[in-house]
Amino acid sequence: MGESESRPPPEKIPLEKLDNYTWRIPQYKRGMRVPGMVFANDNLMEKMQTDRTLWQCANVAHLPGIYKYAVTLPDGHEGYGFPIGGVAATDYDEGVISPGGVGYDINCGVRLLTTNLSEQTLRPKLAQLANAIFENVPSGLGSRRKDFKITPGDLDRLVVEGVQWIIDRGLGWAGDAEHCEERGCMKNANPSKVSATAKNRGLTQLGTLGSGNHFLEIQKVDKIYNQRTAKTLGLEEEGQVTVMIHCGSRGYGHQVCSDYLRVMEHAVQKYKITLPDRELACAPGKSNEAEDYFQAMACAVNYAFSNRQAIMHWVRQSFQQVYHTEPEKFGLKLVYDVAHNIAKVETHTIDNTQKKVWVHRKGATRAFPAGHSEIPADYRGEGQPVLIPGSMGTSSWVLLGTERAMELSFGSTAHGAGRMLSRAAAKRRYWGGNIRTALEKRGVVVRAASAEVLAEEADAAYKDVDVVADVSDKVGIATKVARLVPIAVIKG
Amino acid sequence: MEKAKKFEFMEHTADVYIAAHGATLAEAFENAALAMFEVMTDASKVAANAEDSLTVEAEDEYALLYSWLETLLVKFEINSMLYSQFKISSLEETAEGFKLTATVRGEKFNAAKHTQKVAVKAVTYHRMEIIKTLDKVTLEFILDI
Repeated sequence: MGESESRPPPEKIPLEKLDNYTWRIPQYKRGMRVPGMVFANDNLMEKMQTDRTLWQCANVAHLPGIYKYAVTLPDGHEGYGFPIGGVAATDYDEGVISPGGVGYDINCGVRLLTTNLSEQTLRPKLAQLANAIFENVPSGLGSRRKDFKITPGDLDRLVVEGVQWIIDRGLGWAGDAEHCEERGCMKNANPSKVSATAKNRGLTQLGTLGSGNHFLEIQKVDKIYNQRTAKTLGLEEEGQVTVMIHCGSRGYGHQVCSDYLRVMEHAVQKYKITLPDRELACAPGKSNEAEDYFQAMACAVNYAFSNRQAIMHWVRQSFQQVYHTEPEKFGLKLVYDVAHNIAKVETHTIDNTQKKVWVHRKGATRAFPAGHSEIPADYRGEGQPVLIPGSMGTSSWVLLGTERAMELSFGSTAHGAGRMLSRAAAKRRYWGGNIRTALEKRGVVVRAASAEVLAEEADAAYKDVDVVADVSDKVGIATKVARLVPIAVIKG
Repeated sequence: MEKAKKFEFMEHTADVYIAAHGATLAEAFENAALAMFEVMTDASKVAANAEDSLTVEAEDEYALLYSWLETLLVKFEINSMLYSQFKISSLEETAEGFKLTATVRGEKFNAAKHTQKVAVKAVTYHRMEIIKTLDKVTLEFILDI
């Protein structure tokens, strides 16, 4: 693999292939309370074996109270303690909760908007629209919107009330909240559990995209795989324009994670928890430390929903600026907003019994089946929309949650492509200017704050998101609805 | 080999993996900070015309490195300050752990002047190492971006 990486795991990880897409890591170490379960094809598995993904999956299987197995999804790669692209469910009473199982970017997630425009209709105005969005949505290092300021009091209310607070201030439409996971608000948020540093970081960054792998794309529906569901979600036909927003809780969430990792380090000693890796630091779900983290995490979750809501509002405004027409005329309806990094209290059937569990999804998307009460009423007959962003310039996917996901992966599926090349290697191989030219040759308009980021985020630096979606579909943990491809990319 | 590199970027798939070097722990800490700002911008274009003093305390050297970098990252995010010069005047063991005092110099971020590279989300303990030899200290750490 040469430059594609990395430091191998500290030990050989035994692996049993159960079928073409399912692998089991047996309980080969004494501390493992359950096995590991990995959903991947041969190629994805080969890549996982070059870094610490599988070792980390086996480590997660050590967590007190963990049920069934530690899950690694098709996009799994090495993360902080837990692999990215993983799920772990622990017993609500006897299990632990771990900030590392959520990650630094709490509620990093995706939202998708539909329009009633076709690519052909938009094309003459596309560059102008991309410019307007690039102007209106702050992106890149240190960016912020000069005319959008909130007070510390506002921030505390926002993280308690979630997207509705920001919609009530004019940045959204009735019905937007209904189409967000958790209706855009986790109820247990408590800002008194969030540090002043986190709040200060969050104050200036609300409504900003950030940089790195975060992006905003104007896309078109490339192919529809499930007509009925696509129609229900508002994806009417191939060529229809959509907008995807991918970002998270910015400095607010990063600081919450950082602060509570420190708290958990002490908790591990206090509660005498034995772990194979200190990065799995956790606390019993019923402890004050866990309760505080969960309340602070919920604040960051709500911050991220609101962040994407503000950005979506400015996207709608950008359409208005370009066309001098009310944005409602273009549809611009929110299909759904999903979290990729989150911990939840959920009920799952384990050994034929209903169990209340802490579900950690780190780089994983909830994928609930039709009929689940957590799904918006208008989609409940179909199932929960799953949104998987690709890397810059490739494709993104809309999938559908399934009953199979409830059986196999605690109602979860993959969240993205997962990197293949290190950023350093990508920069050696590509130059931002070339990437831009290559994309523009394919008719993709590019607006980016940083040429460096363009090179680092080159699509060849990522695993093929189509394969990730395909494996998810084959395993049945979320089935294909539609494939989207970008026509304009806005990057930090 | 001539004068040793201040820092280098190592291979890591998702994030930024840095090795920072110094003749002393304090110098390695200074170079670690420089490396972090080099991730965000071209630090050579950051003028050293504003000065800040800071004190960081932590329970051990690893936590001190984490807190030192996090303190600077937070200063960037809250006050928009980019730094390019770092002078640690003391780094010592105390009754509670470790403490450093530093003077840092830089200027306010200006998108028209400063190269925009990648924003750093967080410092992590992932693969963090403090390697001390007779004449050199190397710090290895990963920044989440």
